[in-house]
Amino acid sequence: MKKEAVRAQELEPLKRIADFAEVVSGYTEEEALQEASRCLQCKNPACIPGCPVGIDIKKFIFQMTQKDYKGAYFTIREKNGFPSICGRVCPAEYQCRKTCVLSKKGLPFASEQAINIHYLERFAGDYGLKNKLKVPVRVDKKLSKFKVAVVGSGPAGLCCAGELSRAGIKVVIFESLHKLGGVLRYGIPPFRLPRDILDFEIDYLKNSGVESIVNFVVGRIKTLDELFSEGYNCIFLGLGAGVPGFLGIKGENLCNVYSANEFLTRVNLMSAYKFPQAHTPVNIGKRAVVIGGGNTAIDAARAALRLQKINGLAPDTAILYRRTEVEMPARRLEIEHARQEGINFQFLIQPIEFIGDEAGFVKKIRCLKCRLGEPDSSGRRRSVPIEGSDFEIDSDLVIIAVGLKANQVLTSVTPQLKTDKYSDVLVNPETMETSIRRVFAGGDIVGGEGTVIEAMGMAKKASEAIIGSL
Amino acid sequence: MEIIKKETLSENTGAKITKLEISSPAIAAKARPGEFVVLMAVEEGERVPLTIVDADKDKGTISLIFQEVGLTTKLLGRLNSKDSLYALVGPLGHPTEIKKYGRVILVGGGVGIAEIYPVAKALKQEGNRVLSILGARAKELLILEEELKSVSDEVYVTTDDGSYARKGFTTDILRELLSKEKYDLVYAVGPIAMMKKVAAVTRGFDVKTVVSLNALMVDATGMCGCCRVSVGKETKFSCVDGPEFDGHSVDWEELEKRNRIYEDKEKHICKLGNLL
Repeated sequence: MKKEAVRAQELEPLKRIADFAEVVSGYTEEEALQEASRCLQCKNPACIPGCPVGIDIKKFIFQMTQKDYKGAYFTIREKNGFPSICGRVCPAEYQCRKTCVLSKKGLPFASEQAINIHYLERFAGDYGLKNKLKVPVRVDKKLSKFKVAVVGSGPAGLCCAGELSRAGIKVVIFESLHKLGGVLRYGIPPFRLPRDILDFEIDYLKNSGVESIVNFVVGRIKTLDELFSEGYNCIFLGLGAGVPGFLGIKGENLCNVYSANEFLTRVNLMSAYKFPQAHTPVNIGKRAVVIGGGNTAIDAARAALRLQKINGLAPDTAILYRRTEVEMPARRLEIEHARQEGINFQFLIQPIEFIGDEAGFVKKIRCLKCRLGEPDSSGRRRSVPIEGSDFEIDSDLVIIAVGLKANQVLTSVTPQLKTDKYSDVLVNPETMETSIRRVFAGGDIVGGEGTVIEAMGMAKKASEAIIGSL
Repeated sequence: MEIIKKETLSENTGAKITKLEISSPAIAAKARPGEFVVLMAVEEGERVPLTIVDADKDKGTISLIFQEVGLTTKLLGRLNSKDSLYALVGPLGHPTEIKKYGRVILVGGGVGIAEIYPVAKALKQEGNRVLSILGARAKELLILEEELKSVSDEVYVTTDDGSYARKGFTTDILRELLSKEKYDLVYAVGPIAMMKKVAAVTRGFDVKTVVSLNALMVDATGMCGCCRVSVGKETKFSCVDGPEFDGHSVDWEELEKRNRIYEDKEKHICKLGNLL
């Protein structure tokens, strides 16, 4: 008899929108064992190639069935230094779970029957975290004399730093903001990735000898040449895709029209949801509207809805997307969570103008209805606006989440660093080395917007090449 | 990030102006006129941009001048020497283009006077003829008059209430100077209303006008777009594209409105701030 997939416990939607507490509670030991026992232990596991860092999923799940959680933790850590983070934020339904033999084929994402690999990873990760398990550092005298600068402390930077330091290399991370974590800190809200988990994973790195300098904008305070002259043998650039895209339509600079990056940075990094105890403000709309269909759009919408609830307003937050739910790039689980919480999804709509009041605050969005056309280069059907279908939506808070572009602070002052037309850094795909010798790059600054684990995959590849080059 | 020296420049009720000299050898080594830093007074604080008024490479310090207007500047004002800021990052923004223009007028209003000082100094060193016009609401609020005199060929002062020097506005003098002679550059920093007026005056005389904007910012490295401003129909980020722009192309009405976006919240938190 086929066993049903085990759902992880979640907080009640009505309760959870009253604060920023983590929504998914994760598996209990019993649940983890039950889910692990569903794994068929395939002779040729299809899940492993589905993982951007190639975790030995079959092995760690088997170890879990044997209650060898420590072993499972170390198996994951062989390939992924941040299981508690990835177990929470990986879009597994597009990766390992999609290729799982139990998933129905022919869907754009995994079906429910697929093993909940991410929840098992999270269980093992949290087990390691609670029990303070440590991966031994390989002491390699030949490598310990080398020093590498890691620029940026998001997923790529943290991963690269972890890999290099595990090999015994001295690593210093440079971060422009006042706290480490990059997009994990400013972008992903605490209800998806609690801050104590993030802090723990970062502290693990620090305790293993990785140094970090915050408030340091490489490119402005020090150039790459200056870092080399300070004795760094190699530099890894994990600069991220930090520049928000806008729609380029009329009224976009009205007050209370935010980029998702600004809105989320205020809420997540600056803790604006604790205003005035935290001093950074964020405005809260009576009718919030988020534009976009990715994870960032969902995060922003769920944060906006919580702010409404926390401030005694009736939750009223909508997501406008120009295609339909199937084409949304967001994680299916996040869409489901958002819907449970009362986010109102409106599909096949494209904004064409924001209309404000005399004080310059947004009040209405002028939109066009759309229909689905032929598939575009991403394979998703494109949206085609329907002429003459104009209509208006009331909204006093708009959040634009239509993608991110490369951060150019460093590349604009480093002409030797070759970039493509999107200002992404060009690399040798085998080694992740850039056009400057001994400068490597990975994460969103290379591939454009991707997932946390894809960034880590690139960072791992770069770290191997760095070690090889020393 | 340690405060080396604190100096009160003006102690007028409700308008206290303070100068802090802060240890930051790396920023001091790189700072150029027109650039700014972002600081956080305390861990739960806001990130606020402030122009680097002076940088001493040998001592490894930078100087910042601010008026206590909101909670962050009040918290800053409570810090004393030997205290440390929670965060300090910079230098940020594009530096002023320092070159030989010829005849230059610098206009500073309020604490904006502090921001024209490093520019005046650099332009003077480059061999320009530098005229500075300083404006303050009242005599007690006028800062850096002596410092500006030391780096300018001529200094003019106006006060709104006539309590010192000439009664009136900086733009009165600006208009008179421009009607008498031809100038190659006008550089203005101050309240939005003043910069807007400066741009309106210089437009009539067809003189290049550079302004340094004080848009709200969060990360100040181009990641949030909080500081976006319309310049000649294009949207620019003050932090990475500015903070200096062509004064004739800035959409001043939009900037005025955007800078008032958190007015309600500021009032609320400042009430709490008064309880400090």
